Amino acid sequence: MKKFILVLISAALSVGCASSATDKDYSAQAINLLKSDFKSKGPVTVERILKQDDVQKYCSALEDREGTLDEFAAIRDGQLKTVKYPMKGEYLGDWKEGLKIAGNAKGGQYSDSIGSENGGNCYGCHQLNKEEIAYGTLGPSLYQYGKLRGSSEDIYKYTWAKIYNAQAFVACSNMPRFGHAGILSEQQIKHVMALLLSTDSPVNQ
Amino acid sequence: MKHLKQLLFFMIALQWTVQVFAESAPVEQGDIYKELIEDGNPAEFREMRGKEVWQQKAGPNNVSLKQCDLGKGPGVIKGVYVELPKYFSDAKKVMDLEQRLIYCKTTIQGLTYEQAISSPLSIAGHASDVEALVSYITAASKGMKMAVKLDHPLEKEAYELGRKLFFYRAGSHDFGCVTCHSNDDKRIRLQSLANLLNPNDAQATYTTWPAYRLSQGEVWSMQHRIIDCLRQQRFPEVTYASDSITALTMFMAKNAEGGIYNAPAIKR
Repeated sequence: MKKFILVLISAALSVGCASSATDKDYSAQAINLLKSDFKSKGPVTVERILKQDDVQKYCSALEDREGTLDEFAAIRDGQLKTVKYPMKGEYLGDWKEGLKIAGNAKGGQYSDSIGSENGGNCYGCHQLNKEEIAYGTLGPSLYQYGKLRGSSEDIYKYTWAKIYNAQAFVACSNMPRFGHAGILSEQQIKHVMALLLSTDSPVNQ
Repeated sequence: MKHLKQLLFFMIALQWTVQVFAESAPVEQGDIYKELIEDGNPAEFREMRGKEVWQQKAGPNNVSLKQCDLGKGPGVIKGVYVELPKYFSDAKKVMDLEQRLIYCKTTIQGLTYEQAISSPLSIAGHASDVEALVSYITAASKGMKMAVKLDHPLEKEAYELGRKLFFYRAGSHDFGCVTCHSNDDKRIRLQSLANLLNPNDAQATYTTWPAYRLSQGEVWSMQHRIIDCLRQQRFPEVTYASDSITALTMFMAKNAEGGIYNAPAIKR
């Protein structure tokens, strides 16, 4: 009987090992597929997608496991440290420019030209104002964002950091890290800030 | 000819109707397409062209593709698409429909690989014969249940690799397939997004490609759809008919198991 149990345990162990070994192979094999099947073009390189940072690596692995609260907190803390705030506390640019950035979906696609200015494509995922009905719903509505939250230093700072690096507040958020990844410039983020927070912005009407 | 005229009129009417409806009720677009498709679909043109391409003698060997075995024996097209991708023992690999057609063009017709993959994707105003062929072959699976198998180790492997690629987040925007396709009832702008991890959504989506796309004025295959998704995902350019696309297709096709195939369809 003892021997039988021993056999069972060792069988279970070997099955366990086999499956985890195979899992690893799939990951390595998937990377090989990316290497062999993708070609750098325009502003997008294969090297960039092969080189995942810690956040990308961690979030990709949530495929077959649940993340823990501690892990999420570690991601948020680490990412919050990457945020560069604007000089002299000047947070707000021009909401009219912000509106253009919100509607511009260009940037980072191989069909985009190298060196052209990126957009933020905020409308892709968020409602912003009443006039534009073609908005996406992957993110929450930002209609009356500033009107509902006021204009305290804390709100400015939080909003800046959220645009700069969304992972600083929600680990594995779907939102791009616009400042951290260099998608938007500091000046462009100021314009988007004005769109969200200026009292005369269409967002706050 | 009368048929052609009717279709042309239908296309113009449809463009207009969809625009009007899109302005008034953006969220219910999908249903409009579903109702209108019953009156006819411009993709029928491509199916007709595809039939010609299938029967046409070509290549150095001057033979048609009618000897091509898409999984159910030479020349059989009925029901093949709902079982693809699958493992082919002659090629010793898992192939999707378009990889298999390339295999037949090179082995049966004697074309080079480069010749076999020339102009595979339609661009507005220039329809691709490959997508026409795909339209013709997929249409022969209408009404059948999605039944992709993972029996062969390489079929299982293709599925698992597709799954890895689906969840792989990278690049400037941290995007992966998973970013847009793992939640119910979301949209980008007005475009509704399928949750490809939800069987109902995966079925409804997978069974309606290829599709005549009003926004493009052409039929797009699943292959074409995936290639353009990856562009929007801010990934580098994926190679046409590559194993990465077959792996992703395998993942989606399996997730759509049991869905009733109903394409070529019509979409925005």
